Amino acid sequence: MLNYTIRRLLFAIPTLLAISFIIFIVLDLSPGDPTGNLPLTIPPEVREQIRLSLGLGEPFPIRYLKWCQQFFINEPLNMIEQWTGWTIGSGERLRVLSWSTRSPVVDLVVERMPQTLWVVGMSQIVAVIIAVPIGVISAYKQYSIFDQIGTFISMIGFSVPTFFTGLILIVIFSVQLGWLPSVYDTTHRVTDWNSFWVQVRQMAMPTMVLALATTAQISRFMRASMLDNLNQDYVRTARAKGLRERSVVMIHVLRNSMIPVVTVIALGIPGVFGGAIITEQIFKVNGLGQLLILGIQGADIPLVQTLTFIFAVLIVMFNLIADVLYGILDPRIRYD
Amino acid sequence: MPDGARGRSEPILEVNDLKTIFRTRDGEVHAVNDVSFAVKPGELLGVVGESGSGKSVTMMSLMGLLPMPPAEIVKGEIRYDGRDVRAMSPAELRDLRGGDVGFVFQDPMTSLNPVFTVGYQIVEPLRVHLGLSKKAARVRAAELLALVGIPDATARLRDYPHQFSGGMRQRVMIAIALACDPKVLIADEPTTALDVTIQAQIIELVKDLREKLGMAIIWITHDLGVVAGIADRVMVMYGGQIVEHGPVRELFARPQHPYTRALLETVPRVDGTRDARLRSIEGQPPNLAAHPASCPFAARCGHVMDRCLRENPARRDVGAGHDVACFWDPATGGLRDAG
Repeated sequence: MLNYTIRRLLFAIPTLLAISFIIFIVLDLSPGDPTGNLPLTIPPEVREQIRLSLGLGEPFPIRYLKWCQQFFINEPLNMIEQWTGWTIGSGERLRVLSWSTRSPVVDLVVERMPQTLWVVGMSQIVAVIIAVPIGVISAYKQYSIFDQIGTFISMIGFSVPTFFTGLILIVIFSVQLGWLPSVYDTTHRVTDWNSFWVQVRQMAMPTMVLALATTAQISRFMRASMLDNLNQDYVRTARAKGLRERSVVMIHVLRNSMIPVVTVIALGIPGVFGGAIITEQIFKVNGLGQLLILGIQGADIPLVQTLTFIFAVLIVMFNLIADVLYGILDPRIRYD
Repeated sequence: MPDGARGRSEPILEVNDLKTIFRTRDGEVHAVNDVSFAVKPGELLGVVGESGSGKSVTMMSLMGLLPMPPAEIVKGEIRYDGRDVRAMSPAELRDLRGGDVGFVFQDPMTSLNPVFTVGYQIVEPLRVHLGLSKKAARVRAAELLALVGIPDATARLRDYPHQFSGGMRQRVMIAIALACDPKVLIADEPTTALDVTIQAQIIELVKDLREKLGMAIIWITHDLGVVAGIADRVMVMYGGQIVEHGPVRELFARPQHPYTRALLETVPRVDGTRDARLRSIEGQPPNLAAHPASCPFAARCGHVMDRCLRENPARRDVGAGHDVACFWDPATGGLRDAG
């Protein structure tokens, strides 16, 4: 297993380099002018100067290699310096800078990460906690009232987009009832129980909107997987051993059914870091999704390039993690 | 087993007029119709019949292993050691299953849970029924594996089912079934999925275990050769009914039911001439959608008479503990009054 993991990690390096290059090409080809958002009074030759100062005068391969140097060498060195307090070399090196804010992209990401992780990460946790029992019961009592309702809600979760459920929740809980705030306040700090409660309330709606969609997906998956396993011969063996029905389902069937579901959950985690672009917009959560939208609108190529690449890394990593988990959960699978 | 020890004792398992149906979308399926039989301690009862004859369903309904719904036991009496099984609470029934009655199923490849070690799966019934500690259960599990002839038993407890061959897995299944010293072992086609040499090993093993442990065994199979080799008594099932039943030598020497006779003719003979073709029984097994008002075998029977189409023959005694559900008399070739 260790060998396999190391081999996969080594394979990931060329894959990720190829991905970063493709992202760079696509962004370079896309229309958009980093000076487009500047006041119209700035004359064209000044604009040209600004472009040159951003490095746009260099040929394409040079720009790509410079980004590689900044991202793969300078940023990690900088991180090491920050953590350890050492100074490596002169300590002066060019980081990946956002064109529109002139601040290092990695700092922006670190600044936005907590909001995204809180809201989107919590929605994943909530979704798993709700979806697994629903899937188990729906399968065990197939075609019962519970299963029918579960199926109906799942269909809603699948088919109604988050911008619609989000607005409905705002209309009901913020506008009509006035129970929950419709705007997420990033500056809010949790210091005591009161402020914690405020945090819970402002997280409630974005979390539920995202959790609905994820719950729908995972519970259907869980149900199908349980149904596959409930009719297996080993379940009959477990019953013939005189085990309680509870043990039969919760130990024998569930353990087998969780194998594909765990991989689906693992593959969904990169999406958590990617943030929920639409939901973050609706509730004004300034997370990573919103940062990406801002970057795209401002033609802030270094920002978009870096963010997209970080997502790509996460996706590759979690694919590997899902495979390794599969091998751990299913003793029949050996990667050696 | 010596005959004397067995003849006197009370049956450990007794079934009277058991009727099991399945309620499906296309109507009821009468899978088991008025089946009665008894097994005495230490006895090996062979149950023979083709696919869909109700062999397995009968045994599964005894211990509540059928999914209900769609299955339903409509009537009948099941007695284990004098106790009424149908009146038992779910907890009592669980104690019976895996405790007093062990099961071995057909396909050892799928009957073990792939994600748990073999040790865990043997330990489970020991913990549930005998309340052994983890340590004691592991020791007992290793003993059981050794008993069923798995070498290096203690080490193999840590292995997963996929690390065993088919025959070895069936040995594991037998070890699980025997874990709590059952008085009855129900083996549902335990050798069907195995190749012939392994089959012989498993049969030898079961024979051996019966000598050692003295439990009653119900051996379901469609292989007459196997039954001839190990059973004390044989029960032939067709269309959810018992069509013939008797001591093994008697039944093979004087088969009464046309179905049994046809089954015996389908067995290829080693000393047969090369150009002799394999015999088969013409026609299809009956559709069990309706309660049989006629003999279920009538459509395929070479000796069918008017009466066979009008009523379903009851089992009648033909002597020497042998009975048959048929109107036809092989001795005279004519009609014989039932009862």
